[in-house]
Amino acid sequence: MKQMSTMRFGLAAAVSLAVACAAEAQEKVKVGLVLSLSGPPAALGVQAKNGFELALKDLGGKLGGREAEVFVVDDELKPDVAVTKVKALIDRDKVDFIVGPIFSNVLGAIVKPVTDSKVFLVSPNAGSSTLAGRGCNPFYFSTSYQNDQVHQVSGHVAQARGYKKTYLVAPNYQAGKDAISGFKRDYKGEVVEESYVPLNTLDFQSEISKIASMKPDAIYAFLPGGMGVNFIKQYKQAGLADRIPVLSAFTVDESTLPAQGEAALGMFSGSNWAPDLDTAQNKRFVAGYLAAYNAVPASYAFHAYDAALLIDSAVKATKGDVADKQALRTAMLKADFTSLRGDFKFSQNGFPIQDFYLTKVGKRPDGKFETQISEKVFSNYADPYAKDCAATN
Amino acid sequence: MSTTLLLIQILNGLQFGLILFLVAAGLTLVFGVMDFINLAHGVQYMVGAYLAAAFSAMFGSFVLGLAAALPTALVIGLVLELLVFRHLYARSHLDQVLATFGVIVFLTEAARMIWGVEPLSIDVPAALSGSIEIADGVLYPVYRVAIIAAGLGVGLLLYVVVNHTRLGMLIRAGASNAPMVSALGVDIRLLFTFVFGFGAMLAGFAGAMVAPILSVEPSMGDTVVILAFVVIVIGGIGSIRGTFLAALLVGLVDTLGRFVAPALLKLVLDPAAASQTGRAIAPMLVYILMAATLFVRPAGLFPARR
Amino acid sequence: MSDVAVLPEPATPAFDRPGTLVPVVVFGLLALVPLAAPLGGEAYVMSFMTRVVVLALAALSLDLLIGYAGLVSFGHAAFLGIGAYAVGILSAEGVTDIVAQSAVALAVSAAFALVTGAVALRTEGVYLIMITLAFGQMMFFLASALAGYGGDDGMTLPGRSLVLGRDLLAGDRALYYVALAVLGTVYLGLRRLVASRFGRVLAGTRENATRMEAIGFAPFGYRLVAYAISGVVAGLAGVLLANQTGFVSPATMSWQRSGDLIFMAVLGGLGSLHGAILGTVAFLLAEEVLAHFTEHWRIVFGPFLILAVLFARGGLTGLFGRRA
Repeated sequence: MKQMSTMRFGLAAAVSLAVACAAEAQEKVKVGLVLSLSGPPAALGVQAKNGFELALKDLGGKLGGREAEVFVVDDELKPDVAVTKVKALIDRDKVDFIVGPIFSNVLGAIVKPVTDSKVFLVSPNAGSSTLAGRGCNPFYFSTSYQNDQVHQVSGHVAQARGYKKTYLVAPNYQAGKDAISGFKRDYKGEVVEESYVPLNTLDFQSEISKIASMKPDAIYAFLPGGMGVNFIKQYKQAGLADRIPVLSAFTVDESTLPAQGEAALGMFSGSNWAPDLDTAQNKRFVAGYLAAYNAVPASYAFHAYDAALLIDSAVKATKGDVADKQALRTAMLKADFTSLRGDFKFSQNGFPIQDFYLTKVGKRPDGKFETQISEKVFSNYADPYAKDCAATN
Repeated sequence: MSTTLLLIQILNGLQFGLILFLVAAGLTLVFGVMDFINLAHGVQYMVGAYLAAAFSAMFGSFVLGLAAALPTALVIGLVLELLVFRHLYARSHLDQVLATFGVIVFLTEAARMIWGVEPLSIDVPAALSGSIEIADGVLYPVYRVAIIAAGLGVGLLLYVVVNHTRLGMLIRAGASNAPMVSALGVDIRLLFTFVFGFGAMLAGFAGAMVAPILSVEPSMGDTVVILAFVVIVIGGIGSIRGTFLAALLVGLVDTLGRFVAPALLKLVLDPAAASQTGRAIAPMLVYILMAATLFVRPAGLFPARR
Repeated sequence: MSDVAVLPEPATPAFDRPGTLVPVVVFGLLALVPLAAPLGGEAYVMSFMTRVVVLALAALSLDLLIGYAGLVSFGHAAFLGIGAYAVGILSAEGVTDIVAQSAVALAVSAAFALVTGAVALRTEGVYLIMITLAFGQMMFFLASALAGYGGDDGMTLPGRSLVLGRDLLAGDRALYYVALAVLGTVYLGLRRLVASRFGRVLAGTRENATRMEAIGFAPFGYRLVAYAISGVVAGLAGVLLANQTGFVSPATMSWQRSGDLIFMAVLGGLGSLHGAILGTVAFLLAEEVLAHFTEHWRIVFGPFLILAVLFARGGLTGLFGRRA
């Protein structure tokens, strides 16, 4: 019989927890952060969480003039876990907005339950072509970009610089294939190899030997997270860093640079922002982030910071009314706030129309590493899928 | 693919195999002698890498960092043995798998809390940072040669200790019949503690050696430990010789498979389908190798016991 | 020391009739869950509890294998994945009826179990653990390579499956009760199975395979059938899991997930069937409650798992359910 009481205790504990949370303040604007905060890719989720919390601090703890309440949940990078937790945010905590996630497989799992419940989903990281095109949704906004765009930046640069032969390397999964097709959109030279490495490859020595023997004019790498750290360190050790330039996306950024250090110096990436972007707002943001977390912010932090500003501007425009979803969407589409990247507009699909830059890894005066803007590649660039979107106003 | 490139890739495969051997050597020793499945071997490897990174930064030298990391890894291993593992020797393999899984969960989170979520950096020691040109335009990093040397050194050391010392005799005897060794008056518990500590240090050594070429992060042990298990199972649990050969085999299959599989498939399929299928098959190859080995020899290539 | 038993001693001898009180209470409480659901956010509680019931079904299938047949599979998540992908792929191709989806899921699970079992069951002990892991990993990489069906990212399902053309599973409660009914039916079926002649022979092969062989039962055939039954049940759980999540991805069949399933079965107590259900409830509830308090919940969860193995021998049922 003890068993029964244990079961009851367990359920009672879960239920009372839930009740306690639901009972708190009715008047606040509620935002759920759904991010990967544990496991291998936690660094990115933590950046986004820090970025959002910093924004909220800068806004005096308010969104659109109303007190804000933030629920942080860890999606554990498991789609089924994410779905359950998102349902808790919507149903139990009654959130008005959800900011997240970092990873596209979690995005694929939560986008339907969130938007079906008429809760706004603001993504602080790359979005898929489906969501930008035919599958676009009036409740989905992105403060970042559509995946293909950053890859296209590197392809465009490779073409402009007249690289005749390039070698492309990406992990063997969908995002990797998108990366390579994104690069090839503007690049018309010869691709000597499209190399798809197995996910979580540790040792890139054989890849590097192949690159060395093929002698391309440049390589393009899309190797997120730990793979990027391993690849860049080994590339440098093999003596290739000074011979064959590296163009990349998500391979050298402020989340991996502390581990790549000197090895990544001089490597190029495509981006819509960099910590040294010259706007007053951005300077304050980077200084504030450094002071609070002793690290240089990466794009994940910037996108999450902008997500908070976006929500703030929309709630302000509706005078604190979060129940009128139509009015809220109209307000959000206006993007009526000063983004850290400077001005930008939204396309109909909720993705930004913005400038894109080529960035280069450099050393800051304080000895830390960051990406720095090297040149502007596209101006006011809308993603190519927006025209397929039929989201109604 | 040119012959030179093929030869270089074979070298790369052997080198990757030696990294795997460094990790798997401690695992097979503990498994073989104590009949203990230590899933946490991977996090001990991770801890070794973190210690090397932290101490190198503290002393400003990789060699000193390595020298400080090894005894620390040993101490951590012995503490874990005392607190957790010791109570599991007499338990079933299943209990061992589950409890050491708990150790993984705990230590991974602990590393995250101590060192943060962002991967750490550690530079290759200056003396080993150059590279040598082994073919036209193809450079081979000196540090890779150091790893090859370390792998061969550990292999040789284990071979000599296990086959030509009194301690090795006890270890071999313990592996085949522990109660008998105990009955003969040998303190089997002390022997186990020693072997476990040595295994933990080997794991830490492997982690420290790869720290300059790999990303040092809390989950770095996860991928490696599964491959290390594949290696020791193919080699025959408890057999140093089997582990050594299996590690090289797995390294070669994993490295060459990615280049050879699509090339071979092109003989029967059209090029696009061949590269597509080749890419899908490549990561499965080591598992196919393991399944095939066990199908032919259910206890691995060199079964140490029975 | 060389003759290793891979499994811990079960809480009760396998062919003892398991008690009836504990399972009745467990199923009774599970049936009442929807009544309490509105207290904690209905969709959330139902989503969570559906996940519990579905994974309990998978853990139950594993208990048959580990607790009764003495075979540890470290690749059982592959079957969950087969079931889930049967739903995902068929939905994408326009087949949205759960009857057809389940039929395919069960057939493929059975085929996969028979083929891999024929190879894997030649080995024993830790080699069996590793070879099942190998097959699980192969399925993981295969799913990651299915570019047409989401590849590594996985695929969103258009909606829940239909039942004979009708949208019966659309409601959260409906799905929950269907999952619970499946769990109950399978539970009763497996109880009959383990009490049958087949079940006793199976338990006999675990205790002493040589003896069973000597008295005329070839263990291999019995083990293979048990492996196939277990795989089919886990495949069915995969069909339900896909409907619960509305999403299918390779993460469903990661090796960590296989490890979780073993844990659920062991935590509850092997060889009692309802122990697997209790274990799943305890495992997921602990995870959910801890994660609510701190993002560093794993620092508590790890030692919780270690202590459970060290001190709760025989699992939850072993702790206090034995006399029930």
